[in-house]
Amino acid sequence: MERQSLTEKVFLHVAALLLAAVILAPVLWLFVMSISPAADLSAKPLNWWPSSVDLSRYVTLLSRVENSAGAVVTSSLANSLIVAGMATIAAIVVAVPAGWAVSRTPSVGWSLNAVVATYMLPPVALAVPLYMGLAHLGMLNSVFSLALVYLTILAPFTTWLMKSGFDGIPKEIEAAAMIDGANLWQTLRIVTLPLALPTIATAILFAFLLAWDEFFYALLFTSDLRSKTLTVAIADIAGGRVSDYGMIATAGVIAALPPVFIGLLMQRALISGLTSGGVKG
Amino acid sequence: MSSTWLTTRAWLLMLPLLAVMVGVIGWPLAETVRLSFTDAKLVGTGGDYVGFANYTKMLSGSAFQKTLYATLWFALASVAIEMVVGVLTALLLNQQFYGRTVLRALMILPWALPTVVNATLWRLIYNPEYGAANAALTQIGLIDTYRSWLGEPDSAMWAIILADVWKNFPLVTLIALAALQAVPRDTIAASLVDGAGPLRRFRYVTLPHLAGPLMVALVLRTIEAFKVFDIIWIMTRGGPANTTRTLSILVYQEGFSFQRAGSGASLALIVTLIVSLLALAYGGLLRKTAGSMD
Repeated sequence: MERQSLTEKVFLHVAALLLAAVILAPVLWLFVMSISPAADLSAKPLNWWPSSVDLSRYVTLLSRVENSAGAVVTSSLANSLIVAGMATIAAIVVAVPAGWAVSRTPSVGWSLNAVVATYMLPPVALAVPLYMGLAHLGMLNSVFSLALVYLTILAPFTTWLMKSGFDGIPKEIEAAAMIDGANLWQTLRIVTLPLALPTIATAILFAFLLAWDEFFYALLFTSDLRSKTLTVAIADIAGGRVSDYGMIATAGVIAALPPVFIGLLMQRALISGLTSGGVKG
Repeated sequence: MSSTWLTTRAWLLMLPLLAVMVGVIGWPLAETVRLSFTDAKLVGTGGDYVGFANYTKMLSGSAFQKTLYATLWFALASVAIEMVVGVLTALLLNQQFYGRTVLRALMILPWALPTVVNATLWRLIYNPEYGAANAALTQIGLIDTYRSWLGEPDSAMWAIILADVWKNFPLVTLIALAALQAVPRDTIAASLVDGAGPLRRFRYVTLPHLAGPLMVALVLRTIEAFKVFDIIWIMTRGGPANTTRTLSILVYQEGFSFQRAGSGASLALIVTLIVSLLALAYGGLLRKTAGSMD
């Protein structure tokens, strides 16, 4: 590699600092708002650094007092976990066999293209009939319905990810197990699935993050604490008449913590998934 | 094993997926097509067949044209800026400097932040009275008076685009960085020996490796940007004076706020058609890029 001149070195470090500031400033500000006393946030000039640390909003929002903002946040937090969890499990259950089948049987490969093409569909193209259908069945405002609807997003994408994962596992290993007398189910269980575990883990992470992030369907299909997810709860809080902006920021921090932790801890798996081609941002 | 059995087995294994896809995608899509030819309401009894009336009404309305323009504006500007900033930051992160590993790790932050949280955060930043944007810009001296960034037609779309760029450029960075790390060192060394300057080296050595992955990022980001709903809904709900109303917002208003399922469905299909055409055009481009890289 080239040796860096002093000017280049200085330029690189300045640029890197600038990039770090651009990335960090909004996130840090969200956090600072969540712990600043309300008076600091409405002060002019603005108090960039909290005059004292105020954690009371976290206490309020994570308490379970009935009819409070806390009840909204805790129940929607639980709903988000349940919906994202159920949708993720269902997506993996349908994606693993389908992904393997497409990977090992070129003659059905076109069907995967059809499945992946549904990624282009804007959710608004499905929303009206889904709403009318669920209303007809009396299944609006239910975590199960929402998880089912989330499969429109999660299933095509996890299948595609699993297919590319299985493509990376040589067929010959499976053939060898078959020759040794294992039947198909044994081969898959003992040989293929353990090798596919990293891909399955990546698929689970992405599916969960996508479901956690979802807003449009949740906005349409949920109406109260029984099924509202965290994204809808935040939109409610932000759109309502809260006088304390720190409350909105606190709800944001709570919603952001799980995916940010997953993002920072599972970086390697996520980036390999992102860069392998077709992952939604 | 015969190939018919293999094919049958494959279909059997795909059965759960296909059942799900037909149930939650195939059926609703077909139903959207049917509804688009009726005057059905969202709630109440089914509508009557009206032919192409919904389509002609939607396409000829001034709302559609204005909305299409806003969507194009949002998609082109945000994706273009994301691609340029993404590639530049990837080039930076591919150099040697202190703290590089930490900075690379930080890039995942905006990507991991939920879209709704990002939109809410920026709405707070742009707040006309207490927002950080007004406070910071006044303190630096760039503006004299506080502005309503999201409340003024001139600035609202750009304010949203900035918020979208901040969240999504790191994805382009990560994809481009992975591609840069795959450029063989020998090739770079050879180009140095041949006396290629930084610009020529970028054009002839680096860019060919970046082109494929960047095309994929471009396709995905453009399709996403065309479908945009969340960030705009949270930040402006399409306002002020409908200047930030994109196609998905318009469909939502038509189908759900006004409960006109029929015309909402026809509009949704028009959007789908535009996105599909876009994807087809890109698909051709993608194959071309892939071909020229081999």
